[in-house]
Amino acid sequence: MRLILDIALTHVAGRGRQTLVAVIGVAVGVGFSIAMAALMQGGQDDFVRQLVDTMPHVDVTDEQRSARRQPAEDLFEAVAISGLRPRDDRRGIINPTKAVSWLEEWMPGRLAAVLNVQGVIRYSGREVGAVVIGIEPEKEVKVSPIVEDFESGSFAALAAGGNNVVIGDTMASRLGAGIGDTITAVSSEGLARNFKIVGLFHTGTTARDEGEAYVLLKNAQILSNRPNAINEIRIKLDDPNAAPTIARRVETELGYKAVAWQEANESILEALVVRNVIMYTVVAAIMLVAGFGIFNIVSTITHEKARDIAIMKSLGFSQADMRRLFVIEGLAIGIAGSLLGWALGFAITYALSRVRFEIAATGQEMTRLPIAWSILHYAVATAFALSSAAVAGYLPARRAARVNPVDIIRGAT
Amino acid sequence: MSPLIEARGLTRILHETVPVTLVRDIDLIIDEGEFVAVTGPSGSGKSSLLYLLGLLDQPTEGMLRVRGRDTEPMSERERAETRLATMGFVFQFHFLLPEFTARENVEIPMRKLARLGRDEMQARATDLLSSLGLADHLDKRPDQLSGGQRQRVAVARALANDPPLILADEPTGSLDSRSSEQVFAILDGLVRERGKTVVAVTHDLDMAARMDRRIHLVDGEVSKEE
Repeated sequence: MRLILDIALTHVAGRGRQTLVAVIGVAVGVGFSIAMAALMQGGQDDFVRQLVDTMPHVDVTDEQRSARRQPAEDLFEAVAISGLRPRDDRRGIINPTKAVSWLEEWMPGRLAAVLNVQGVIRYSGREVGAVVIGIEPEKEVKVSPIVEDFESGSFAALAAGGNNVVIGDTMASRLGAGIGDTITAVSSEGLARNFKIVGLFHTGTTARDEGEAYVLLKNAQILSNRPNAINEIRIKLDDPNAAPTIARRVETELGYKAVAWQEANESILEALVVRNVIMYTVVAAIMLVAGFGIFNIVSTITHEKARDIAIMKSLGFSQADMRRLFVIEGLAIGIAGSLLGWALGFAITYALSRVRFEIAATGQEMTRLPIAWSILHYAVATAFALSSAAVAGYLPARRAARVNPVDIIRGAT
Repeated sequence: MSPLIEARGLTRILHETVPVTLVRDIDLIIDEGEFVAVTGPSGSGKSSLLYLLGLLDQPTEGMLRVRGRDTEPMSERERAETRLATMGFVFQFHFLLPEFTARENVEIPMRKLARLGRDEMQARATDLLSSLGLADHLDKRPDQLSGGQRQRVAVARALANDPPLILADEPTGSLDSRSSEQVFAILDGLVRERGKTVVAVTHDLDMAARMDRRIHLVDGEVSKEE
């Protein structure tokens, strides 16, 4: 085997410039694949991270997947019931204390129970539709993504008690209100209460900045006239990937709709899969092109070395040896190209990671390209390169192995 | 003990648009230690017979035994292994691997057979080349050697695995008379001193006359044997 390797390397090394071109072909392919994978993966990770950070991992709401059956439908065995006046369910998660303590018992993560109330915020004659969210500040800070987005004040300011509210900066500017001003929140029940603004946040998500107002849970319950009610449990898990399993368990046990973040963003995640498929298709295409370079050189060698093949066969090398020889030549180029490609890929990735740019829209957020460093990218690119090299070497090798030494020895005379 | 080579009705026909008969119905027994010349006009099938005996080609009909072993059922791999261990080829043209030095060329069959350690191989290659008067040319590549020197390297390579049978196809065909004489003397020495069997295709009748036995081919058939 060492012998065949020696001969293979001698053959490849004997064609300096042509070999170099083939090696560079592979290297460029591997290098760009690595850099592209790092960038794509980086972008994806960044995107998913933001997705995971801004949303609860599991969101339990007081809804059901299908409408609850009305008592009349259970009571009478009728084909259809018309003109039914549905019973007015008490909205909200039933027995919230029990549900929350049950969750806290086994669920690996943090949770916060909230009450969302549809309402309108009013200030100096201006009105903005909003969701008034009743929270328990000490729990909310553990699950909320907004914690880090406060421009002034914080959830802690709510904890002090009293009629305080935290709103987004966009809402504040639409209302023309600022810290310390008192706004009026009106619920759909028609109740109104005054709250003093003690905090402003800016998340960058317009729907949030313009449409959310955080108050104490107690105040939200009073505002909506639903004492002790909650209608949403937000869960942050230690391991976001466990969300679907936990969501399923919660839904089976509590009977309420529990949505994992993966389910809520299914279409986005699907798009990411498509993106990856496209990326690997491109990688495969690049490697295919590099493979042609290898095919070309190995093919040339087998033609030029037809006489050597005949000699080696006459010495006692078998067809399998000859096949091995030329496959190794292809692989040698593939390996050399891969190694060079790693260096190139690393260099490009590093260069990309140094690029800084400003997001023009806001002009304030300086950011770097999201780059994911992963040995996997190197492994995948190399796997593609080597399989392409093996195939590119095998095709001419198979033909070379079949060469009949007698034909060539005769031809030489 | 069975003869080194035993052929019965050996026939090789090329199946092309018009079938070409290379050799027909050859019966032949070659014992160890014989120095055999295969002669005949060009196109008489001398080389074809040699390739058949060397397992480089397969007969269309007939039987061929090497040391009593039937070659018919052998796989391609077994044929290669038999060539490696029991035969050495010397062709009209030296057919050395151009990228390797004289010594490396001689080492290649040994490395392929892998019976010796690397040091032993090197020592053996050096000995073989020195015994053929090439002690000063061990590390030269074929293009740095003269025709006669190359042919001697080829002989050394044929002897690398100490095979009992040397098959030579016009070994002196492309050499001047002095080099021819040298190469012939080496082959002669192999038979006389080392007990090798040499089968040499040649059109040089003087040379053939100095061998033990002559097989004369005409149109692929044995016309005269002495």
